This record gives sequence, structure tokens and C-alpha cells, in this order.
Amino acid sequence: MRSFLRFVPAIAILIFWTSGPAFALSDAYKENIYNPGPLKPVDSTLKVKAGEPAPDFTLPSLDGNAVSLSQFAGKKNVVISFIPAAWTPVCSDQWPGYNLAKGLFEAQDAILLGITVDNLPTLYSWTRQMGNLWFPVLSDFWPHGAVADKFGVLRSDGMAERALFIIDKSGILRYAKVGDINRRPDLEELINTLEKTNSKR
Amino acid sequence: MKKLHMVWTILACLLILPAFLAAEVAPPAEGEKLPDIRLAIPADAGYQKYLGIKGDGAFSLLQIKAPVVIIEIFSMYCPHCQKEAPSVNDLFSKIQSSEKLKDKIKLVGIGVGNSPFEVAYFKKTYSVQFPLFSDGEFIVHKQLGEVRTPYFIGIKNHKNGSHTIFYSKLGAIADNDSFLKLIQAQLNK
Repeated sequence: MRSFLRFVPAIAILIFWTSGPAFALSDAYKENIYNPGPLKPVDSTLKVKAGEPAPDFTLPSLDGNAVSLSQFAGKKNVVISFIPAAWTPVCSDQWPGYNLAKGLFEAQDAILLGITVDNLPTLYSWTRQMGNLWFPVLSDFWPHGAVADKFGVLRSDGMAERALFIIDKSGILRYAKVGDINRRPDLEELINTLEKTNSKR
Repeated sequence: MKKLHMVWTILACLLILPAFLAAEVAPPAEGEKLPDIRLAIPADAGYQKYLGIKGDGAFSLLQIKAPVVIIEIFSMYCPHCQKEAPSVNDLFSKIQSSEKLKDKIKLVGIGVGNSPFEVAYFKKTYSVQFPLFSDGEFIVHKQLGEVRTPYFIGIKNHKNGSHTIFYSKLGAIADNDSFLKLIQAQLNK
């Protein structure tokens, strides 16, 4: 019993510091963010594999044009950022950072495609809070989550996973990472992997 | 049986404790004390000199040798922090270019939820000259009641070794000159 009691403060501190949300909200969104609380970290099974061709898709983008993965073949490395939902804490905390990191993507001759299963009007309102995003924002709203499902990142609740994919200029998938939906992915890991992908060319 | 009962009681307390403690942590209030915020001592000798801190390991923000310390809570993922970065740089320049103020006011930034890589990128992008620290695991953020960003805190260090928070506000500093006047008033006290 005594030996157990010795660990009580350490356990209490551990529980305290590891509990709660893993995000910091920007004042840019005021009180308009909906917090769904902690979610099941991953709720789907990947259907794509690194080393194999990435499935092509075409989706409507916020600027009114349709964007296809295949249009970048032979021209750009492509990073796809699937995020679960507009107006939620971690998602609202992810793309503004990628907006700032434009130079890191460009240095690796890469384009970023941001995809959610929200519809275009929602994406329009939400991304306007982030400033002018340099990368295309695509809506996988209808047929609902069809592209997310092609990649195996459509959750049972209809949202996409928090997932990152790197596709090289020959259309081969080089990196597939489905992260914990409750946490923002590590930017350093993404950029380092992108750098390796680009240097192989 | 008695032992078992005690174990269950302790476990129940441990389960309730996080919610209880989380509810206790409010954003820092003006007139109150700052929690003991500990950060890694920067490797850069220039920053060590600026902060009046030596060695390696961790230091407390209250160890910074200056009558006034301004803390910016930011994130590279925060659109307003990005937008306000040039203005915060301007505040730092104004302080550093004043012989009267530069040794009396120190400015630090803490990137909440930002890894060292992300903090370094923010620093490079905006050519930030004052020390920025990484709070990758939101430890400081939790100590400060999970404030939204950007958030500014002003600390007045008194001659008797105690301190008081004189400024604690969410959002950008609207006007650097007015803010410096507010700090000057603290220095005159």
C-alpha cells in the first residue's frame, strides 16, 4: 500500500497533463468553433499503399474550378491533406499553418490539396477566417466522401480522417499517414518526407 | 478489506482530479501572480544574455532579470498571430532602440502546441529577433488556462522579489505606443 501511495502524486500529475484538448484556438475564429470533444483516434482502414499508383480523382474547388490529381502528373509533387470537418478546433488550427508554410512546400516543388467532406459554402465561410489560402481547397461533399473512401480515410461518422498523403510526380503514392484525429500532425515529419520524395527524382 | 477500500478511494480521487484541476486553471488575471512557467534555457548565447539566464536545462520566466517582462502566447497556426507578427516586431524594435527601456523591458514568445521546428519556421518567416520558445505539448498553455491566441501578459517584477501581472489580454496589442506608455507607468511605480 505504501509503495502505491508513493506513486499517487506522479499519476495525478500525469493524468492532469495528458488530459484535455491538444489545440490552441486562434482569436481569428472568435466563439465560432464547435468542439466535438475527443473522438476515436482512427476509424477507417487505408485502401491505398505507399509504392503504388495513387487513385485519381476530380473534385470541385473553392475557386470554381475542378481539380484532378492527374493534372499534376509530371509537374508537381502533391501533398493531400484530408481534414475531418470545418469549424472544428484542430482542423481550424491546421491549414493556417500550411498557409504560412507555403515556402516549405514550394521548396520541394509540391502543391498542397486540402480536402474535407464539407460543402463549398461551408468551406468558403470557414477558410475566409484563415486569410488567403495559397492552396486549392476541395470539397468531397457529394457523392459524400467518395474520394476519402477511395483512399480509405472515410470514417463511420461520415467525416474524413486527419490524413496526409504524398504523391510524387509520376503519380506514385510515397507517404500515407492517418494520424490521431484529435491532434495536429507534425509538420517537420511531413516536410522531411516531402524532401526525401523530391530528392529521389 | 480496509486496504481495498482505500485503493478504490484513491483511484476515484485520481479520476475526478483532472476535471477538478482543469476547472481551477483560469487565464492569468491582472493583479495576480503568474504560475511557475518553466522553459528550456535557449542555447543561443545572445538570448541568454538578453534574458540574464545562464547554463542549460530549464529556467522560470520569473528569473528574467528585468523590471517588466512581456509574454506573447502565439501559434504559427494562428492567422491573427501571423498577421500581428510585424507589429510585435515593431514593439520589440521600439523597446530595443530606447536606451531608457531596453534593459527594463524583456519580450518573449511562447508557441503553444508548436514544435521547435514550427517555432523556428515562424521566427525565420517573420525575422523575429526576441526569444521564442516551444510549448509543443501544451504544458504552458494548460498552466495559462488554455487562452486563445495571440494573448499578451505583462509582468512587473518588484524590487522585493515579488511580481504582479499588470496586463493580461486576448488579442493583438492595438497600439504599441500606448502599450509602451502603460509599461512606462509600471516602471515609474
